[in-house]
Amino acid sequence: MQGLPLLSLAIWVPIIAGFAVLFTGGDRNAQAARVIALIGAVLGFAVTIPLYTGFDLLQASFQFGELKPWIETFNINYHLGIDGISLLLILLNSFTTILVVLAAWEAIQTRVAQYMAAFLVLSGLMNGVFSALDAMLFYVFFEATLIPMFIIIGVWGGPNRVYAAMKFFLYTLLGSLLSLVALIVLYNAAGGSFAFLDLYATPLPIIIQVLVFIAFFMAFAVKVPMWPVHTWLPDAHVEAPTGGSVVLAAIMLKLGGYGFLRLSLPIVPDASILLAPVVIGLSLIAVVYIGLVALVQTDMKKLIAYSSISHMGFVTLGIFLFNAQGVEGAIIQMISHGFVSGALFLCVGVLYDRMHSRQIADYGGVANRMPVFAALFMLFAMANAGLPGTSGFVGEFLVIMGAVKVNFWFAFAAAITLIFGAAYTLWMYKRVVFGPVANSNVAELKDINAREFLILGVLAVLVLVMGVWPQPFAEVLHVSVSELLTHVSYSKLPVQ
Amino acid sequence: MEYITPLWPAYPELFLLVMACIILIADLFISDDNRIVTYSLTQATLASCALLTFFTGNAEPIYTFSGMFVDDLMADALKLLTCVAVITTLVYARAYTVARGMFRGEFFALVLFATLGMMVMISANHLLTLYLGLELLSLSLYAMVALQRDSVKATEAAMKYFVLGALASGMLLYGMSMLYGATGTLEITQLAQLSAEDVRSQAVLVFALVFIVAGLGFKLGAVPFHMWVPDVYQGAPTVVTLFIASAPKFAAFAIVMRLLAQALGADALFEEWRQMLLIMAVLSLAIGNLTAIMQTNLKRMLAYSTISHMGFLLLGVLSGSLDGYGASMFYVVVYVLMTLGAFGVILLLSRGGFEAEDLDDYRGLNQRSPWYAFLMLLLMFSMAGIPPTVGFYAKLSVLQAVVQVGLWWVAVIAVMFSLIGAFYYLRVVKLMYFDAPRDTAPLSAGADMRALLSVNGLAVLVLGIAPQPLMVLCIEAVRASI
Repeated sequence: MQGLPLLSLAIWVPIIAGFAVLFTGGDRNAQAARVIALIGAVLGFAVTIPLYTGFDLLQASFQFGELKPWIETFNINYHLGIDGISLLLILLNSFTTILVVLAAWEAIQTRVAQYMAAFLVLSGLMNGVFSALDAMLFYVFFEATLIPMFIIIGVWGGPNRVYAAMKFFLYTLLGSLLSLVALIVLYNAAGGSFAFLDLYATPLPIIIQVLVFIAFFMAFAVKVPMWPVHTWLPDAHVEAPTGGSVVLAAIMLKLGGYGFLRLSLPIVPDASILLAPVVIGLSLIAVVYIGLVALVQTDMKKLIAYSSISHMGFVTLGIFLFNAQGVEGAIIQMISHGFVSGALFLCVGVLYDRMHSRQIADYGGVANRMPVFAALFMLFAMANAGLPGTSGFVGEFLVIMGAVKVNFWFAFAAAITLIFGAAYTLWMYKRVVFGPVANSNVAELKDINAREFLILGVLAVLVLVMGVWPQPFAEVLHVSVSELLTHVSYSKLPVQ
Repeated sequence: MEYITPLWPAYPELFLLVMACIILIADLFISDDNRIVTYSLTQATLASCALLTFFTGNAEPIYTFSGMFVDDLMADALKLLTCVAVITTLVYARAYTVARGMFRGEFFALVLFATLGMMVMISANHLLTLYLGLELLSLSLYAMVALQRDSVKATEAAMKYFVLGALASGMLLYGMSMLYGATGTLEITQLAQLSAEDVRSQAVLVFALVFIVAGLGFKLGAVPFHMWVPDVYQGAPTVVTLFIASAPKFAAFAIVMRLLAQALGADALFEEWRQMLLIMAVLSLAIGNLTAIMQTNLKRMLAYSTISHMGFLLLGVLSGSLDGYGASMFYVVVYVLMTLGAFGVILLLSRGGFEAEDLDDYRGLNQRSPWYAFLMLLLMFSMAGIPPTVGFYAKLSVLQAVVQVGLWWVAVIAVMFSLIGAFYYLRVVKLMYFDAPRDTAPLSAGADMRALLSVNGLAVLVLGIAPQPLMVLCIEAVRASI
């Protein structure tokens, strides 16, 4: 495997497969489009496996590097490389793409080729975000992801899809445009370089650091999303097709968390430390208040969307604690949330495909008709509530541990939400799955077929494995996280 | 005959002049059925002119006609691009003009003379040459707008364009006369020297500058001199709008460079015109983007979008650095590329007796023709400046130039208005992809147009993935010339 540009393959295999799918033409060849898309997704995941097996656990610098000049006028390079943080997110992304393609196998019947193509291209672009080591390359990939997602929500979404797609696009564009100006300012400060490593080494006065931090914060906080700029997410989630919700929750939100880790913390460490209380405050509001908001939702997708915001609050909280437990917990939480929220959206998708309703009130007693499904759904609900033994527990526990070290009350506030989390998830589960069969529609439900069982089963295994034996996920992080924290611990203020 | 040697740098212009006259006369002997001959001759002329420009090109500036005419790298590049843009325009225009009885000799003669005017403007090293080229272009354009004699809207637009254009030319001329009064010369290279050395006539120079900037503002269509743009864009036949919106912007950029960056580029004067351009740029971004949101007519929307693009162009110019000028040139090239494509799609959807100019005509284009919907999607995202399309790099290089000279707050204003601008470009994408089609007539267009439009649309993506060569061309051209 030595010598292959693995990261380039991880980016370009899905994108090229995506365009290949487009050439199958109209819906007459829908089956061909599905097969090609599946092959593309599997190949895309296959090329990322050597990244894990060949990953050097002890190396602090970026691995699998690729460097080619791209836009010499601005000294922008096609510079790729990953550390443990990016590695996990790339694996998660490439893996999720397979599930999304499988989940759409029967659910999507119109413009199949375009649907599959949009997801494959999106997957490649997000791998690009996670492996870019040049800020402008990062930005190009980061922004480009908006285009396929805009199309996905707008074309295959629900009744209010146009509003949701527009809101999603403009909201995220607002933040990223400001961070573009910040990047240009940094480029000039660094003497004409967009390379992350050069930006990490550039001293900056505190006022510039604060302004740059705010610009980055606008971009990444919207993406995460943090309270109070989260309002696009429930709309986008509710209107998006199942695959769109899965990718949005499992991967796209992580772009924000990843941005904090890769850009905000190491580039402007002094401002990050200065403004950490604000970010922690907003995270705790998200964790607690949004948890309460989730409790009163009547729409399943909306409930999971709010639960996502609440869980992502743990991520931002962990990141801005600046200790190893907090940051590692945040990353583990991101991965776990990728599995769990993805699985929950798939579960809702399974129900929606059969009943065409997302309202909790329309269901009841599903367990009587779909016992296998109910069992799997139960596992994911438990994981979402953070039950020990599932992946949801590991990240939250680490973040709370990290928080205790900083301030007991942070940890206390964060821990409260475990109660809310259990309440809204399990209450929803109870109303949908348990009880007598609610109506004639539920009575006609059929249990999940082999394809759906495969998708949910694989996720269930991963959720359990990660909960019981998090070592394979955590061990790739240690060196990278301590390297990151070293960057944060050195002040970058110019020497007087 | 010494004063016109060497003659060869002006070969492209001379060739174009001769051919324009020949085509004008030859067309008299061609019947309506064989009008395609005129068309082919025109295209061949433009292509040969582009080749001539390419082969008479040179890196070092060469002055001829007693210093009235300059042939430098920027001029060569812009002239070449002008020819290509006009050729593209004519290919897109063919079916449309045939269907509307505009496929006549006058149209082609006017196009050729307008092109000649642009080329003269681009190569002007003397205020009179510059004015001559400008008037040749403007008069041809006024006539082209009014080419559909029976259309009330077109006649009104032509009238408006003529009155305001004449006013702008008058202002420019007045400013030039004051420059002459202050320095005693009309030659741009000499003006540059004299205006930098002479401190006594500073007040007159600044006064002249005001008129020149106002005149240029009119020609570019920057706020507050933009009133003609939406009416002319909407009123003129779509092919003429396409023509006005594309190639002449190269010439306008050239005279902005010649007048401001070269002739009046001295530090004291630069500070003066920077202020004026800054106000014009910010206002153009604001009014262009905000007003575009309210439009229901695509041509009018693109008119306001042009105004905002001109605001971005001015941002690069007002940074006052070679990088900034290079960024502006890159921006104008990208702008013309996108405009050609967008109007190309409008022309593709139009057919005999039907103008596809309402936004609603684009509903469900993805279901009627996924390929052209995809091209329009690329063009719209490029205009909005979303990577990986080339429009992003155009904005990036301008913003970089602005931040480099310390005006980062201007960059913040510019991106905020881009955000507002993104909305109306997205709306076009929304109509094409999210809505059901209202008009189901099959698209009909010749193979030449289909092929060229596809190349045009894909260029937006390909240049977005590999923007380096074009960027280098622009920066080198500016460096070698200014």
